[in-house]
Amino acid sequence: MDLIRMKGVKKSYKNGVTAIHNLDLRIKKGQFVFIIGPTGCGKSTLIKMLYREEKPTAGHIIVGGLDVAKLRNSRVFKLRRKLGVVFQDFKLLPKSTVYENVAFALEVLGAPKDEIHAKVVKVLDLVGLKHKAKQYPNQLSGGEQQRVAIARAIVNGPKLLICDEPTGNLDEGTSMEIMKVLVEINKMGTTIIMVTHDTEIVSALKKRTILLDSGRIVKDFEEGTFSYEAIKNVR
Amino acid sequence: MKLLRMLGRNIRDSFKSVFRNFALSLASISCITITLIVVSISIILSINVNNFASLVEKDVTIVAFLDTQITEEQKTVVEETIKSLDNIDSYEFTSKKDITEEMMDSSETFKNIMANWSEEENPIQDTYQVKVKEIEKIGKTAKEIEGIKGVSVVKYGEGMVEQLVVVFDTVRKICIGMVIALILVTAFLISNTIKITIVARKREIDIMRLVGASNINIKIPFIFEGLFLGALGSIIPIIATVIGYDTLFEHFDGQLFSPFIQLVNPNPFTFYVSLILLIIGILVGMFGSWRAVRKHMKI
Repeated sequence: MDLIRMKGVKKSYKNGVTAIHNLDLRIKKGQFVFIIGPTGCGKSTLIKMLYREEKPTAGHIIVGGLDVAKLRNSRVFKLRRKLGVVFQDFKLLPKSTVYENVAFALEVLGAPKDEIHAKVVKVLDLVGLKHKAKQYPNQLSGGEQQRVAIARAIVNGPKLLICDEPTGNLDEGTSMEIMKVLVEINKMGTTIIMVTHDTEIVSALKKRTILLDSGRIVKDFEEGTFSYEAIKNVR
Repeated sequence: MKLLRMLGRNIRDSFKSVFRNFALSLASISCITITLIVVSISIILSINVNNFASLVEKDVTIVAFLDTQITEEQKTVVEETIKSLDNIDSYEFTSKKDITEEMMDSSETFKNIMANWSEEENPIQDTYQVKVKEIEKIGKTAKEIEGIKGVSVVKYGEGMVEQLVVVFDTVRKICIGMVIALILVTAFLISNTIKITIVARKREIDIMRLVGASNINIKIPFIFEGLFLGALGSIIPIIATVIGYDTLFEHFDGQLFSPFIQLVNPNPFTFYVSLILLIIGILVGMFGSWRAVRKHMKI
């Protein structure tokens, strides 16, 4: 069953640049999908449309049954509650503790205190940061901060986790640790879409990989088929 | 239940936020403090000017002189008629006998002259001193009294009273205008300061949006924060108003330069001014936050 369905999606900016051209894409529930491609190929625009940070100029985007293109600004929160987003720069609240940062995602939903506590502790345990719950983001390493961001993104059990270059600021070893966490989350049933520049990671994991160039899908590697050579041939 | 829980959380978070962003909060609080002190001074000034004007207006009296040959029955009719008029606040009768005695007491010369007058020769007339409710209508009331049978002459300081009314009216309007203008300027200044502090927290708002906070979820903590900033900012102006005005009142013994200019009693006056300052602080703080956060609501 498809979690995401994009049909005829186009995104043009006011300055005349078209970032995405007539794009069709289907992503099944539970898949792990990499989106790769050169800088400016439209990777970020594509995922920004998924969590409705950007609105498509034309076409349909259905995420978990919601027509994202038709969603009004005031209703965007409905979509955001169904998915989690992780960024390269973590986007944590610097003046809140690790626990508060993660709990925040549940507090905005109005969850009871006990439920919040149970879920936050569980998810911090999952990302291996239970012992740092009372620390502030600036007391953590980059990898730890990213794990807090992941914990926050998944704490309300979203069906979809969108990751925009989550390892972009991290060294190789830390990146692989983050990937392990993401794979673990994927195994639990969460669909993951990850934009990355890091072909090492893509190559190591061999998940479904979509190669974008100039706003078009130029290659869609099924799981297990990704290789450097294939990219070179396409380019 | 869920609403109450979220409201409680919003209040807690906004309170925390005031202290976590202390430097920014301090900027807003100082701005609120300074402008509210100016507002307080202008309110105190304008209320005192207004009070002074009202006291002077209250003192304006219509004096109705009765015919010298008036009978007791006619006097009763005059009194009844005056009583029945619309604009009458109070009236007092002074008989010519009282006036004569008063004048005789006041000076030896008067005493010598008046002592020789018989009842019929006495040119002094019985009078009614009438105070009006609305000074603007004093001319009309004076005319009505003049029209009563048995009333010979009516005096109320014609010309001067009308001028006084115009002057006081203008002063009042200027005072009200000043207070309103000051409150508007304050609202603008404070809301801009809060706006700057919230722009600095755009990232926080973005994160709130990202994790699925609805617009109202995002706005409410900031609006409460504005409320706290406003309330905190009004503490010093309130203390300054209460202590300052009390000291001023004590120092001048309740009157400025002469007994003619009475100051408004601090109790309960300063209490009301404090309440007004607190309300202005809170409303303006909330308005400023709401205005600032609204800017970040759209994608």
